[in-house]
Amino acid sequence: MHLLVCGGTGCSASQSAKIVENLQLELKRQGQEDVQVILTGCFGFCEKGPIVKVMPDNTFYTEVKPEDAGEIVAEHVIKGRKVTRLLYTDPENKEHISDSKHMGFYKKQLRIALRNCGFIDPENIDEYVANDGYAAVAKVLTEMSAEQVIEEIKLSGLRGRGGGGFPTGLKWEIASKNHADQKYVVCNADEGDPGAFMDRSILEGDPHSVIEAMTINGFAIGATKGLIYIRAEYPLAIHRLQIAIGQAREYGLLGKNIFGSGFDFDIELRYGAGAFVCGEETALIHSMEGLRGEPTFKPPFPAQSGYLGKPTNVNNVETYANIPIIILKGANWFNKIGTEKSKGTKVFALAGQINNVGLIEVPMGITLREVIYEIGGGIKNGRAFKAVQTGGPSGGCLTEKHLDTPIDYDNLIAAGSMMGSGGMVVMDDTSCMVSIAKFYLEFTVEESCGKCTPCRVGNKRLHEILEKITKGNGTMEDLDALRNLAAVIKDTALCGLGQTSPNPVLSTLDNFGDEYLEHVKDKKCRAGVCKSLMKYVIDPEACVGCTACARNCPVNAIAGEKKMPHVINTELCIKCGACIERCKFNAISIK
Amino acid sequence: MTQIKSLADLKALKSNIQEKMDTRAKGNKDGLVAVKVAMATCGIAAGAKQVFDYFLTECEKRHIDIVLTQTGCMGYCHAEPTIEVTLPGKEPIVFGYVDTQKADEIIEKYIKNGELVDGIIPVNYETVQKN
Repeated sequence: MHLLVCGGTGCSASQSAKIVENLQLELKRQGQEDVQVILTGCFGFCEKGPIVKVMPDNTFYTEVKPEDAGEIVAEHVIKGRKVTRLLYTDPENKEHISDSKHMGFYKKQLRIALRNCGFIDPENIDEYVANDGYAAVAKVLTEMSAEQVIEEIKLSGLRGRGGGGFPTGLKWEIASKNHADQKYVVCNADEGDPGAFMDRSILEGDPHSVIEAMTINGFAIGATKGLIYIRAEYPLAIHRLQIAIGQAREYGLLGKNIFGSGFDFDIELRYGAGAFVCGEETALIHSMEGLRGEPTFKPPFPAQSGYLGKPTNVNNVETYANIPIIILKGANWFNKIGTEKSKGTKVFALAGQINNVGLIEVPMGITLREVIYEIGGGIKNGRAFKAVQTGGPSGGCLTEKHLDTPIDYDNLIAAGSMMGSGGMVVMDDTSCMVSIAKFYLEFTVEESCGKCTPCRVGNKRLHEILEKITKGNGTMEDLDALRNLAAVIKDTALCGLGQTSPNPVLSTLDNFGDEYLEHVKDKKCRAGVCKSLMKYVIDPEACVGCTACARNCPVNAIAGEKKMPHVINTELCIKCGACIERCKFNAISIK
Repeated sequence: MTQIKSLADLKALKSNIQEKMDTRAKGNKDGLVAVKVAMATCGIAAGAKQVFDYFLTECEKRHIDIVLTQTGCMGYCHAEPTIEVTLPGKEPIVFGYVDTQKADEIIEKYIKNGELVDGIIPVNYETVQKN
């Protein structure tokens, strides 16, 4: 028998180490030394922690206190009777639930797109087949018409997972109605949002699901050629895709006359050099054609005139990963998951100041609070939550007041952010929101292709104004200028990158306006990030005149007699922090 | 490799492999232990390859038959490298922060004697049930 005690940060804060200690003492005292106590990672149920799980019977105790150890050992371990008062109580019917297998509801994550990731060997097609792989394409090719496939995808309510959220079925329908001698299916694997890596994980963990989905897509719109546009900096994903495509060809699952249906389809890879703008579909297509990766005006949409001027359907990796399972389990299964207008699940790369950094997949409609405090295990080092950034450089920062907003495409846009490809960066009170906006603008300035003036010049100016504010030279006029300029860029930029690039500025202005004001009016950065706004001061009461700071100051900005309080010359100070590190008397502080 | 030319071919291949995978997932009757190492880019960067090689060489040295496979990202970035160990007839257990030292402990304690070791990552998600 094993007693598993949650050692996640939340439970550790509620004395789970003490619980382990008490359990071990009690086991010894009551002569049960063969039972082992094990500290585990976070159960993702921090709300009801600390958690103790008994194996092998899967009993799940919640809100356990160190003093409960004796009873757990005496009752459960020795007599085999469950300690009812520590079992989870269903809030609906007040029943106690003891077996964690019946507690699926506490598992906030549902894996659909990631269903095979971390489960099968991605380099072995047989393992994919054993998990219903290629059964969806078999069903499509042998039992369904192209119209039926499109209808099913439309009914499922699946929307593009690359960020925009365009209905996938509708996209397919438009492409299917444009007739041409050759059409193309393109998988957009040009994942570029800082911190987002769900597409890479899917391609590395389950490449066949994308190949299968593209084949289905080809059949639905009448395309016989598929292209995967993938960044060259994803070498392992490329390697596994190449293996997967090779194996699919050997099995005849790519090539001529698939499943004896008369349908031909094959896939090639195209490598991108890692430009953010190439995630935009027109820029992506130009890059594949060997042209500069620059967007062009839509219409014509790729569905009308795309790769080599032919009708082309572009979908994102995660979108494709959902397709086979929708075909197998039906649209009516899929459209019951999620919210009214956003169906299914979304994969997020949870990062930043959060305990359980990870790749998660949650049903649409889950709240940020559940993601951050349950799955994410809360903020690191017990600090205060400040903001969460979603949607990458095209998205925005959400705050405390959005914590209970159900996450879906429309709610995130209404809150001034967007779904994006699924980066989710959690920030605590040590983050300066002006600097965050500046960081994303830096990215946009770097990645702007330079074709249109609003994006090329406008974002550069936005960045300069932010730089000015963080240096302590901002004026009230600058704040108005930020808003005006942002509005102009939004209205006039050519492509999605430019149109959304001011979002980080606008959302931080809206949600953290007071912080901008502090920077401008009081020349103060509350998070202590903007160096120019910080002032190092020596407290004359606490300073004993040991000279340690003065000796270590690289610019000789500290003066003072031995055994007398020292003073920092703020004109010379470069705010390197060397003095604070050296001071043994906590006499130096940042004001 | 034979070609799959019909639905029947696919089903035959599926049931054939499913049997093999079942034995891998549940541990087979000969008592083989199944070990999966999460080896996406991030896992490899965190040292999963060394752990994979360690299991390969050490289990052979210590005369333990295991079925060792690589797999994709398990999603536990905060605890990389991660591995999943399935003893015959038991539920799979995921261990996090597995370096070669931890791997040694897992081999000696869990694989040999069924004793759990610290660092278990509780599974906190559900996977869609395929048909």
